[in-house]
Amino acid sequence: MQRLSGWGRTAWTVADLVHTTEVDVFRSTIGAAGERGVISRGLGRSYGAAAQNAGGIVLEMTAENDPMGIDADFDPLTGLLTVAASVSIDAILRMCVPQGWFIPVTPGTRFVTVGGAIASDIHGKNHHIDGSFGQHVRSLTLMLSNGEIVELSPEQNPAWFWATVGGMGLTGVVLRATVAMLKIESSRVEVETVRLENFDAVCAAMSADGVDDDYRYSVAWVDLLATGAAMGRGVLTRGDHAAASKVDNKDPLAYDPRLTVSAPGWVPNGLLNKWSIKAFNEAWYRKAPAKSHIGLESIPAFFHPLDGVNRWNRLYGKQGFIQYQFIVPLDRTDVLRKVIEKFSGAGVASFLAVLKRMGPQNAAPMSFPTEGWTLTLDMAAGISGLAELLSEVDSLVLDAGGRHYLAKDSHVSASAVRRGYPRIDEWMSTQEEMDPIGLWRSDLSRRLGLVDHRRLL
Amino acid sequence: MKNGVGVAQNIVLFGGTSEIGQAIIHKLVKPGVSHVVLVSRDIDAADQQIAEIAERYPDLEVHHVRFNADDSASMVHVVAEVVQQVGDIDVAVIAQGLLQEGVDYYADPAALVPVADVNFTGTMVLMYALAAQMRSQGYGKMVLLSSVAGERVRKGNPAYGATKAGIDGFALALDHELVGSGVSVLVVRPGFVTTKMTKGMDKAPFSTDAETVASAVEKAVGTSKTVIWVPGLLQYMFMILKNLPTAVWRRLPL
Repeated sequence: MQRLSGWGRTAWTVADLVHTTEVDVFRSTIGAAGERGVISRGLGRSYGAAAQNAGGIVLEMTAENDPMGIDADFDPLTGLLTVAASVSIDAILRMCVPQGWFIPVTPGTRFVTVGGAIASDIHGKNHHIDGSFGQHVRSLTLMLSNGEIVELSPEQNPAWFWATVGGMGLTGVVLRATVAMLKIESSRVEVETVRLENFDAVCAAMSADGVDDDYRYSVAWVDLLATGAAMGRGVLTRGDHAAASKVDNKDPLAYDPRLTVSAPGWVPNGLLNKWSIKAFNEAWYRKAPAKSHIGLESIPAFFHPLDGVNRWNRLYGKQGFIQYQFIVPLDRTDVLRKVIEKFSGAGVASFLAVLKRMGPQNAAPMSFPTEGWTLTLDMAAGISGLAELLSEVDSLVLDAGGRHYLAKDSHVSASAVRRGYPRIDEWMSTQEEMDPIGLWRSDLSRRLGLVDHRRLL
Repeated sequence: MKNGVGVAQNIVLFGGTSEIGQAIIHKLVKPGVSHVVLVSRDIDAADQQIAEIAERYPDLEVHHVRFNADDSASMVHVVAEVVQQVGDIDVAVIAQGLLQEGVDYYADPAALVPVADVNFTGTMVLMYALAAQMRSQGYGKMVLLSSVAGERVRKGNPAYGATKAGIDGFALALDHELVGSGVSVLVVRPGFVTTKMTKGMDKAPFSTDAETVASAVEKAVGTSKTVIWVPGLLQYMFMILKNLPTAVWRRLPL
């Protein structure tokens, strides 16, 4: 028995943890499961309760230290990568970047597995151009609750494929997937950094009317503690993979994430000291160039800055923390502003406030991204009155036609998901078709009523 | 289970009409709670006091299960019925208690039996039934309303003090037994609480009220604390009182 939580280190529960990457063990484990069911877990980077299953079985499938090396077939001519679900984006980048290929979608950490990336249908800084992870999956192999193994793709059984993309692991265990990688010429990113003096300026710079669509990657860090005229000021970074000709190195594709590549000057060292957030925000804002500045950054520095700080999630202490990510339609920047005011009015400090304009939604009913603005912030879980505050913010978001990201969520109610995801009933009926006995269960699915827990095994 | 901000989804109050129990429910119900179950003998009385909460939280479902707190053997079925209605029991507040102040046990010694049944035997059976359920859930919190009366049992109502002493020790050992299971017990030791149960009695020193007890529980329920005293000062008073020589203890006007 093992005590588990998500990356936010809240809501610990106890489950029977089975670590394996063997298909036979998956099959025998699910065959022996009791009525508390089974959920799969990768590297445990979802913030809330998505990959834990109180009183049940958690299939931990990670291949970080696999002595056999990375379990993958990669064709450097077509860029098609067929890889075990237990393999991390970190391992994929180490293998593919030197060959001139990049993962088509990466979140803010490279320590997520392919299985987790599909289950959460993760997005990155390129969502407005490239969509989410599921759109780059050509096919996947899934083990169903009866032990049967099926091949799914957007062409072959699209309903089951898209129910699995963003399905939070509740349709089966992803065993393998084929991902179309992105061709790159160098391992550097050409990044334009500009600081923007208030929230309107940030939104205007990122709007679809401007040049934002000319950049593959675009994201803004927002200072939620600045008040008055500077409220919501931010630093916007945008860019694309640099051409080989722009890189001085002998080997433009050299990639070694262990190297401490010089981070841009405005990335703070004391990032995770909550008492210094305000001072940090000020310094970080001031250090960003006042005028637009273009430079080259490494992949880890641009995409995965927090991975440099091992186990940064512990820095909130025993109480853990909440990561709050929501999306509202493009024309509802007023709601973003209200949410920011609510949090700063309540004295909630967040040092990871990130704003991004997202592109259109894909075919997956439970996929989070949809055309609109997504704002992500984190906060200590122990703040008093947080439940009430978050519930007020939830209402603002839902009333505006927005919703919450399930991979981050650790507090919303079942009704919030019903309101935010209008295709939930369609997804639930596909889920029931794929898992008639109701084997796949997680703490998240229990709280949100994602599957009918009265179904008996 | 509880969510990321410490709010439990399903909360069950045993002794649904208990004033302290009700006050605790009022504190624990926040946005995110989906079910409250009131387990009591008198459903109407329990319901009246919860109506106000139900109005404030339209998503909240309130359920009722009937029980007789002195029917120890029935507790297993009571827990099963709660589970049947709401699924997991995330937090169980165990508040049933029988004081029977002023009963002449010399004239009617058998009147002691229900005191032991409600405060001790029934509560023990209930807590094991809950522990079994919560262990299978991989998560759960029992909040037991004990009393400082069990710390050093005094004359006047020795049965009450003795049953509280018994259940308090039982609960602590049960908590120990449950280490690593995701299930834990919070033992609450209030001093004299001014409620309907103590109406007409002389207030003891360091008396408190249901509201204060409930606030203390709200603060402690999400932590790893095993015991809380209300007010907190009582912990230190009883360190002394417990160790007084009998001759001194018996002279105290307690």
